[in-house]
Amino acid sequence: MPLVEVSHLVKHFTRDAGLFRAGTRVAAVNDVSFSIDEGETFGLVGESGSGKTTTGRCLLRLVEPSSGTVTFRGEDVLGFSNKRMREARRDMQIVFQDPYSSLNPRMRARDIVEEPLIIHKLGARAEREARVAELFGLVGLNPAHLDRYPHQFSGGQRQRIGLARALALNPSFMILDEPVSALDVSVQAQVVNLLMDLQAQLHLTYLFIAHDLRLVEHICSRTAVMFLGKIVEMGPTAALFAAPQHPYTRALLSAIPVADPDAPRQRVVLDPTSVNRDAGLREISAGHWAAV
Amino acid sequence: MAEGALLSIEHLTTVFDTSKGSVAAVDDISFEIRSGETLGVVGESGSGKSVTALSIMRLVQPPGRIAAGRIMFKDRDLLTLDERAMQRVRGAEIGLIFQEPMTALNPVFRVGDQIAETLLVHGRATRREARANAIELLRAVRITNPESRIDDYPHQLSGGMRQRVLIAMAIACQPALVIADEPTTALDVTIQAEILDLLRDMKAALGLSLLLITHDLGVIAETADRVAVMYAGRIVETGPVREIFRSPAHPYTRGLLASMPGGRPGQRLRAIEGSVPMLGDLPPGCAFNPRCPDRFEPCTTAPPPDYPAGVAHSARCYLHAAR
Repeated sequence: MPLVEVSHLVKHFTRDAGLFRAGTRVAAVNDVSFSIDEGETFGLVGESGSGKTTTGRCLLRLVEPSSGTVTFRGEDVLGFSNKRMREARRDMQIVFQDPYSSLNPRMRARDIVEEPLIIHKLGARAEREARVAELFGLVGLNPAHLDRYPHQFSGGQRQRIGLARALALNPSFMILDEPVSALDVSVQAQVVNLLMDLQAQLHLTYLFIAHDLRLVEHICSRTAVMFLGKIVEMGPTAALFAAPQHPYTRALLSAIPVADPDAPRQRVVLDPTSVNRDAGLREISAGHWAAV
Repeated sequence: MAEGALLSIEHLTTVFDTSKGSVAAVDDISFEIRSGETLGVVGESGSGKSVTALSIMRLVQPPGRIAAGRIMFKDRDLLTLDERAMQRVRGAEIGLIFQEPMTALNPVFRVGDQIAETLLVHGRATRREARANAIELLRAVRITNPESRIDDYPHQLSGGMRQRVLIAMAIACQPALVIADEPTTALDVTIQAEILDLLRDMKAALGLSLLLITHDLGVIAETADRVAVMYAGRIVETGPVREIFRSPAHPYTRGLLASMPGGRPGQRLRAIEGSVPMLGDLPPGCAFNPRCPDRFEPCTTAPPPDYPAGVAHSARCYLHAAR
């Protein structure tokens, strides 16, 4: 049984009618289905407006889906009461892109990491302090810096604080929404290594949302490509990168700048008329699906 | 100034005055751009790459100031020009493209008028000609339906189209040099590819030189003829693009290239340890030394001078001192 199963997920955003315009309804996520196996890193890629971030938030109900189902360990997440949802969030965490705006600047690092434990009423004070110190070590932060404020840390260190906070409740599933794209290039690799180490050590399952296809290719076991609210292609990462089937996937992969001045460049430009918007996903080869 | 150089930066230092003293955001850098070439400047936050661009345009705002150096452009030192003369250089002889097209365009004016403004200010067109020229420029940057797009406001355009408008403005007066500061960073990868193609084609068609500033080594590899790598306000390595990627000479450049995703999937990446230093708090000697895997005794004593590291290739690193 997959750990997370998403089927026919839909999220509409409505724009109210104004004085001079009619109301509109936009499907940010339009009939999206996928599942994530325990222990894997599932990549969700797409460009801005593709619906990848909204999809991630729907799984945690940070955004309420319009329809569809999300199950976690076989349980219907969208049917959870508020109380049950709070409990479930202990097991499902999210790490955001921007380590500059996602940490409260008035809180010390130790308080930021401890807060989820307090909210969930876990442990006595001394136990919580020990746990915070342990988490600091786990993400490679210096315990001497526990009392510092976010601005006293570099971007990479702040992202480690965000990770420590997300890990505080011992989740099994983490949504990583562009976790390294705001970081300096020389620091990105450190955080990517940390994510891979933590996954192995804590048996985590990741939903990795990203636009950096080079990174997705490196760390994701399976990848889904979103385009205009739909998954247009999904499969084992190696197969998808080696033989992309959907015109959009082909255009996307060919647009990645290659860090090799001698690499042949064969840009595939997306011809919108080549996309059959009504095509459903069909299996091209084992586990490799494309809407063609 | 060397033969064939369009722009020659000599010992440029730009400092920011803070309550704790002045901090050099750009520290004694020298480089040149030849006619028709693309120089890629690559660096991370705080490397000084954007301050370099602003210094060339003399757009550094207080508390920042240019403290020393010469900026030779077509045999004139831009730092000696009065403000009026400098205004004639900006936009007319040197075009500038910023990262964020939404903030670089004025939201309350139609894009056509903004392009026309550039032409009018520099006396390149009469009011009547300016509109027709603006349409031609939009066509040149491959905006479809330029005759109707010219009357759009910036918010009516996509990010990619806004960046095309900025490129149109930058090339409107047929400058000899265009400075593009992270021109594709805010864009999606497919749009980035289109903009990079456009910049390359414009450069070839107009015979201009391009100073392309980016943090993305992939963009550098695809666009630049020569590369300058900046770290903590200094240029640590310069060379032809192939040399930089095939045989990087500075441990920082090597580290950047090695840390990129690639190789066997799932394998740990070869990260550079530590983080980018704060400008006010640089380590003694080479600024990269605390993170450097090849550090040895002289690295902590004094900043290394520029050593030759190949043909037209040099690095500020003591590893090359013996050559």
